[in-house]
Amino acid sequence: MAVYKKTYRPYEGVLTPGWSRFWVLARYAFADLRKSRFLTFFYIASFLYPLICALILYLRHNTAAIGVLKFDASKLITVGTTFFAHLLGWQSMLAFFLAAFVGPGLISPDLSHNALSLYLARPFSRAEYVLGKMSVLMFLMSLMTWVPGVLLFLLQGYLEGWQWASDNARIAWALFAAAWVWILVLTLLSLALSAWVKWRPVAGALLFGVFFVAAAFGAAINGIMRTKWGHIINLSYLVGTVWNSLFDLKPGDGAVFFGVPASEEISMVVCVSALCAILLFCLYLLTIKIRGAEVVR
Amino acid sequence: MADQPVIELDGLEVRFGDRPILKRLKASLTGLAIGLLGPNGAGKSTLINTLLGFHKPSSGTARIFGQDIRTHARSLRSLLGYMPENDAFIAKMTGVHFVRMMAELSGLPSAQAIERAHEAFFYVGLGEVRYRALGTYSLGMKQSAKLAQAIVHGPKLLFLDEPTNGLDPPQRLRMIQLIQEIRARGEIHIMLSSHLLRDVEETCDQVLILKDGNVAAFCNLEEERKSNKRFLEMETRGASGSFVEAIERMGCEAAWSGNGRVKLVLPDAVEVRQLYQLAAEQNVQIRRLNHKRDSLEDIFLKAMEAPVGRL
Repeated sequence: MAVYKKTYRPYEGVLTPGWSRFWVLARYAFADLRKSRFLTFFYIASFLYPLICALILYLRHNTAAIGVLKFDASKLITVGTTFFAHLLGWQSMLAFFLAAFVGPGLISPDLSHNALSLYLARPFSRAEYVLGKMSVLMFLMSLMTWVPGVLLFLLQGYLEGWQWASDNARIAWALFAAAWVWILVLTLLSLALSAWVKWRPVAGALLFGVFFVAAAFGAAINGIMRTKWGHIINLSYLVGTVWNSLFDLKPGDGAVFFGVPASEEISMVVCVSALCAILLFCLYLLTIKIRGAEVVR
Repeated sequence: MADQPVIELDGLEVRFGDRPILKRLKASLTGLAIGLLGPNGAGKSTLINTLLGFHKPSSGTARIFGQDIRTHARSLRSLLGYMPENDAFIAKMTGVHFVRMMAELSGLPSAQAIERAHEAFFYVGLGEVRYRALGTYSLGMKQSAKLAQAIVHGPKLLFLDEPTNGLDPPQRLRMIQLIQEIRARGEIHIMLSSHLLRDVEETCDQVLILKDGNVAAFCNLEEERKSNKRFLEMETRGASGSFVEAIERMGCEAAWSGNGRVKLVLPDAVEVRQLYQLAAEQNVQIRRLNHKRDSLEDIFLKAMEAPVGRL
């Protein structure tokens, strides 16, 4: 019906399946993010490191190119666990900046303008709302972290021979699992802060605070108390410990930005428990804040 | 359709902590447009929020179109439209973009959602500003945009929480006309919460009055209007006792209240024009003739004066 008729009619057409509606939020968020030139430029630039890695892998296996450049690339860089762990470390740090830029703007505008009551008055649950918002960060960060990592692993396998890929399958699994640990921590933390602090710039600053100030505070505790338990509030240390276990790296050889100093290790069980506690706390914050109507007791 | 309950409150109780907000409400609402009246803090918004599934009942339940809100919350919400009391929007989104997203969240496919978003915007009179960011809208425009998002998916029951809040007289009139138009189409039931008696009186046919979380009164405005239609107040000049006696001889109940004022009840057989004829014969001027007004105000005030619970 043409809009000029200016009338109301009930809707009797087909409906989309309920499970797919969380993606509506993600679609609109992506459309909104595309408007930011800075973000678009940053996101494209974040693929520079994987591209350089791909070039290195190619050069290592291209005798003609090695002949022209007159050096043995295989002697410069060893492609193994550390190569991929460093790639993931670098990309994960870029993902952190992405989360600090994108995350605070996902929930805080809805809360500050009371839009949640409109979302939740529809056949749309709080869990779907959170999932819709999470999927934005999870999708963007996946493309930055484990997707290029696994693609590079496949390229190396193709160039080196599939036997290499088979022998080092653990690396591919570690890339996938380690990236998801980081993505989950970042996503839930940035959404919880976005929900808790309605002012977007403050939420972004808080995310930096949680990582860097907490790490500095933890180091101070270690220095003053002559202990290593201060690392328990250092998120990059906790994630680094899990990564070392997944990649089977020794302390001191960890991924860039996620290093675990030798002789300051905390047991894996404690680190995983601390991360789980942080994730549960984030979910608790989201449960409190994501409501159709605020309850004043 | 009129006899089937739209909303049934079955001992509905809602507590926030230890504080009871709604106290075992019982009512069966069948009207096409139901007014929800009460002073601030009576529990009007809490009742709407509970029916929408935002608050869980502590005991009892409510049914909308026969479906229990405890067990069918999600499927029920696809039948509901909600226009909240406070500002609720995303400031940087354009109006039509926002309403389209709301339609998609209600389950409409993208193509239908955009078509209906445009229609809804034209319907509420915002067609010309639909591509402007919501944050730049005036208060009246924001109210209309909230109405547009509430009706875009074609709900069967529309909750309007203080729809004329903060509107100037012309904007209020426009909003009331829109609500009357929606009601007149007969396809959507309306529950309108307000503390303004006039809004409810002009748009609703049933009224539920809440006080301190209790049902203070429930009345059928349509029946009240019908009964009041025969109740007249007349202001005259030159009238005397003989004029009142002449009215009574026509079969009316009449009472002389001094200063030329006469109150009377017309029997079905007597028409208003016969009163004018009688006045002309007796050389009496009828300066004003009103059907009894403020019936809702009377009911509301009685409900507020009653000590506890229902009238």
